[in-house]
Amino acid sequence: MKNMSLWEYANPKKFMATTTPLLPWLFALSAFLLTAALIWGFFFTPEDYRQGATVKIIYLHVPSALMAINAWLMMLVASLIWLIRRHHVSALAAKAAAPVGIAMTIIALLTGAIWGKPMWGTYWAWDPRLTSFLILFFFYLGYVALWSAIEDPDTAADLTSVLCIVGSVFALLSRYAVNFWNQGLHQGASLSLDKEENVADVFYHPLLLSIAGFVILFLGLVLLRTRSEIRFRRSHALRIRARRANG
Amino acid sequence: MIALLIRDIRLSVRAGGGFGLGLAFFLIVVVLVPFAIGPEKELLGRISAGVLWIGALLAALLSLDRIFALDFEDGSLLLLATSPLPLEGVTLTKALAHWFTTGLPLSVAAPFLGFLLHLPPEAYTYLLLTLLIGTPALSFIGSFGAALTVGVRRGGLLLSILVLPLYVPTLIFGAETVRRVMMGSDPKTTLLMLAGITAGTIALLPFAAAKTLKINLR
Repeated sequence: MKNMSLWEYANPKKFMATTTPLLPWLFALSAFLLTAALIWGFFFTPEDYRQGATVKIIYLHVPSALMAINAWLMMLVASLIWLIRRHHVSALAAKAAAPVGIAMTIIALLTGAIWGKPMWGTYWAWDPRLTSFLILFFFYLGYVALWSAIEDPDTAADLTSVLCIVGSVFALLSRYAVNFWNQGLHQGASLSLDKEENVADVFYHPLLLSIAGFVILFLGLVLLRTRSEIRFRRSHALRIRARRANG
Repeated sequence: MIALLIRDIRLSVRAGGGFGLGLAFFLIVVVLVPFAIGPEKELLGRISAGVLWIGALLAALLSLDRIFALDFEDGSLLLLATSPLPLEGVTLTKALAHWFTTGLPLSVAAPFLGFLLHLPPEAYTYLLLTLLIGTPALSFIGSFGAALTVGVRRGGLLLSILVLPLYVPTLIFGAETVRRVMMGSDPKTTLLMLAGITAGTIALLPFAAAKTLKINLR
C-alpha cells in the first residue's frame, strides 16, 4: 500500500474530497459528546459544597478556554507550514481557525464572567489569567484585521503568518508579565496530572467529555471554514482569469 | 548605516517631519488627564507614572507609520532593499532613528511633565530610567508593525491594533518598576525584565521586520 502522508492533504482537491464525507460525522460526534457531557454535568453531578450549582459552568468555561489557546497554537503551526512549505491549504486553515478562536475566547471570557459574579462577587477582575485571555483576544483581532486589510491573498498569508509567529512570542511574554503585575484570584492548576490537585473525579469525567466535544467541534468548524476559504480562493482565481481573458 | 541614520533623523527634524508633534501630543495628553480625573493631588500622584507611560506609548505609536511608508511611496525603500546594505541593517537603523526622534525626547520630557501630575519625588529617576530603557523596545516593535502595514493605505488604526498588544509587556514592566519604587519595594527584577525585553526586541525584531518588508516589496 502506498505510504500515505499527511502532506497529501495539502492538495486542495484531495482535501475537499476527504473532508466532504467526514464533516457530517464530525459534527454529529461533537453534538453527541457535548450533549452527553452537558446533560451529565448539569443534571447528574452533585453541587459543590462551596460553590453550589454555579460550578457547573466549568463544562463550558474550561473547554472553551483550552480551545482558545489551542486554536492559536494550531494557527501558529499552520503559519509555519505555509511559510516553509507554501501549502495554500495550510494558510487558509490558519485564516479559517482565527474566528473560531475568537469565538472560543469570547465564550471563555463570558462564561468566566458569569461564573465570577457569584464566586468572587465581580464580573471582571484584573487577574492574570483573565487578563492574558483579554490580551489573546486582541492578538486574534489584529490577525483577522491584517488578513482583511491586504488585497493579494498570498501576501496576506505571508504577512499574517509572520504576525502569528511574532505574536506568539509576545503572547507568551505577556502571560508572564501579567503574572508579575498581579498575583490574582483565579485558582491554580486544577487539571494537572497530579491527582492531588485535581478537580474531584465526579466533576472530572463529564469535563473530559466536554473537552473532547469541543475539540471535535473545533476541528469540524475549522475544516468547514477552510473549505469555504478554498472555494472563495478558487472563485477569486476564476474571476481574475476571466478579467484577463476579456482583455 | 550611520549615513542612513543621520538621513532619517534629519528628515524627521525638518519641517513637516513630525519631530515636535510627538512631544506636543505627549504634553496635550498629559494635560487632558487632570481634566478627566479631577485635580486632586493625591490621586494624580498615584496614577502619574502610569499616565506618563501611556502617553509616551501613544506618542511613539503615532509616528510609527513614518518609518517606512514615506520611503515606500517614493521608491527609496526599494533602493535601500537592493543596496549592499542588508535589509536587517536598514530596519535596525530606521527603528533606531525613530527612537532618537521620538522615544528619547519623550523620555527626557517625561520628568518635566511629572511636575504637572504631582509625580512623587522618589519616582523621578526611575521614570526617566524606565522610559529610556523601554522606549527603544517601543520603536523596534513599532518598526515591525510599520513593516506589516507599509502597503496598506490609511493603515494607522490597523497599525495601532497590531502594535498595542505587543507593547503590553514593556508597559507592564516599565510602569510596575516605577510603582514598586513609589511603594518602597525593590524594583530590580522588573527593571531587569524590562531591559531584557528591550534587548530581545532590538536583537530579533529587525529580522522579522526585514522579512516582512521583503514580502511587501515583492
